[in-house]
Amino acid sequence: MTDNSKNTESRPVIRIVNISKTFEGQRVLTGLDLDVLRGETVVVIGRSGCGKSVLLRNIAGLMKPDSGEIYFENEDITKFNTRKLFKMRMHFGMLFQGSALFDSMTVGENVALALVKHTGLDIDRINRIVTEKLDLVGLADVTEKYPSELSGGMKKRVALARAVVMDPEVVLYDEPTTGLDPVMSGVINRLIVNLQKELEITSIIVTHDIKSAYIVGDRIAMLHDGKIVYEGTPRQVENSDNPLVKGFVEGNLQIGT
Amino acid sequence: MFFLIGRFIVDFLEEAGAVGLLILRVFRRLPKLPRNLRSLFKQMERIGVGSIPLVLVTSLFVGAVTAVQAAYQFHGYVPLQYLGAVVGKTVTLELGPVLTALVVGGRVSAAMAAELGTMKVTEQLDAMEMIAVDPVEYLVLPRIVAAVIMLPVLTVFSDFLAILGGMAVAKFSIGISYNIFADGLKLLFRYQDVVGGLMKTFFFGFIISLMGCYYGFATKEGAEGVGLSTMKAVVSSCLLILVSNYLLATIIFRIIFAV
Repeated sequence: MTDNSKNTESRPVIRIVNISKTFEGQRVLTGLDLDVLRGETVVVIGRSGCGKSVLLRNIAGLMKPDSGEIYFENEDITKFNTRKLFKMRMHFGMLFQGSALFDSMTVGENVALALVKHTGLDIDRINRIVTEKLDLVGLADVTEKYPSELSGGMKKRVALARAVVMDPEVVLYDEPTTGLDPVMSGVINRLIVNLQKELEITSIIVTHDIKSAYIVGDRIAMLHDGKIVYEGTPRQVENSDNPLVKGFVEGNLQIGT
Repeated sequence: MFFLIGRFIVDFLEEAGAVGLLILRVFRRLPKLPRNLRSLFKQMERIGVGSIPLVLVTSLFVGAVTAVQAAYQFHGYVPLQYLGAVVGKTVTLELGPVLTALVVGGRVSAAMAAELGTMKVTEQLDAMEMIAVDPVEYLVLPRIVAAVIMLPVLTVFSDFLAILGGMAVAKFSIGISYNIFADGLKLLFRYQDVVGGLMKTFFFGFIISLMGCYYGFATKEGAEGVGLSTMKAVVSSCLLILVSNYLLATIIFRIIFAV
């Protein structure tokens, strides 16, 4: 029995098996496999429009693959109905590319919404958690502001606080540093690493920012032509001889290859 | 050519199916309404209180023009003491409910489609799903219930104002005293007219908010997509109001209140 429980520990939290997805005749994912272990940060790199976001949306259950399975803690989420999906998402957080803050609500209300809807905690307790999470991203003083009053980097940080407010097991990041200046990218990268350490979350990050991938990733996977073509540590990626990886890192990947 | 017609029919059926599905999802979530009372009241304020100035101006002038046109047509055939009766009947049966629905529909369905459409293209709807808050329950349900409640209320207000407008024109432009106008109003008044007119508005409220929410959720890609779905929401709610008005009038006044 003890053996068995030890076994689940080393088993992946998320297992993606042979998923395919086609959009209007264009094959975006073609039999993709990927395992994500508990507590690790996997960065999926690849060119813009190669299907990274589609992969992330499939893992989140916002989209269903045409074929293949996605397991979260040994349950196939592609077969979930809406209610089960919502239950699963209590364990998920997601940072969207454009932050996707609710612009009719204040920053505080944005972060609090999940707590208000799902926990039944009293207002004081909720406010305390919201302040704590906003503190984590260094923005405890903007609670009363509306998203339209914030800069792009601040929005990203608020969105990050919102994504981790329920203490999720898995956080999905869609291009966390795209569109930010190098300084703010650095801030976001450090935040991701810190959150990782403090909250012990499993993270999947899709990005084409290879610098960010080196900083935050335990493992880097390269997505190309709808498949994972390479997996390795940041060090291995840096020294890889794989022509696709080399081409991507150095920025001279031939289009169409 | 046949391909185009076929394509059109398939698209239409697909859309109708998607709308039907949304209706089903909304009805299934009705028991959860008590948990969303705050947004319900907010929407009722927006749809109801927010539409008052528009309904006020529309109704006064609709009532006024009805009095003018009725007087013009009566001339030489029908005694003007019946003016009140005609204004009252046309307003409560058709003009009040339908014109209120059309102007409020334009305003409300456009606002809903643009708001939800923007939320869709900026991934706010996805973000909501990711924190396990159901957009249909949290956004659509309060909007539809609020519109179904507020449209009849606005129509009562509109009926009243339109008759007032007619009365004012009768007095100051046509020269019929308030008393004569009121007597005419009472002469042929039947409560079924008002009730039947108001029954229709529940459906109008449903149509307006349903179209606003449906096209908002169906928005695709960017600012152009938001513009397109706003337009579709307004056009389809206006068309559906006019078509369903005929059907509802038939059901209510030829079957339920048949004499």
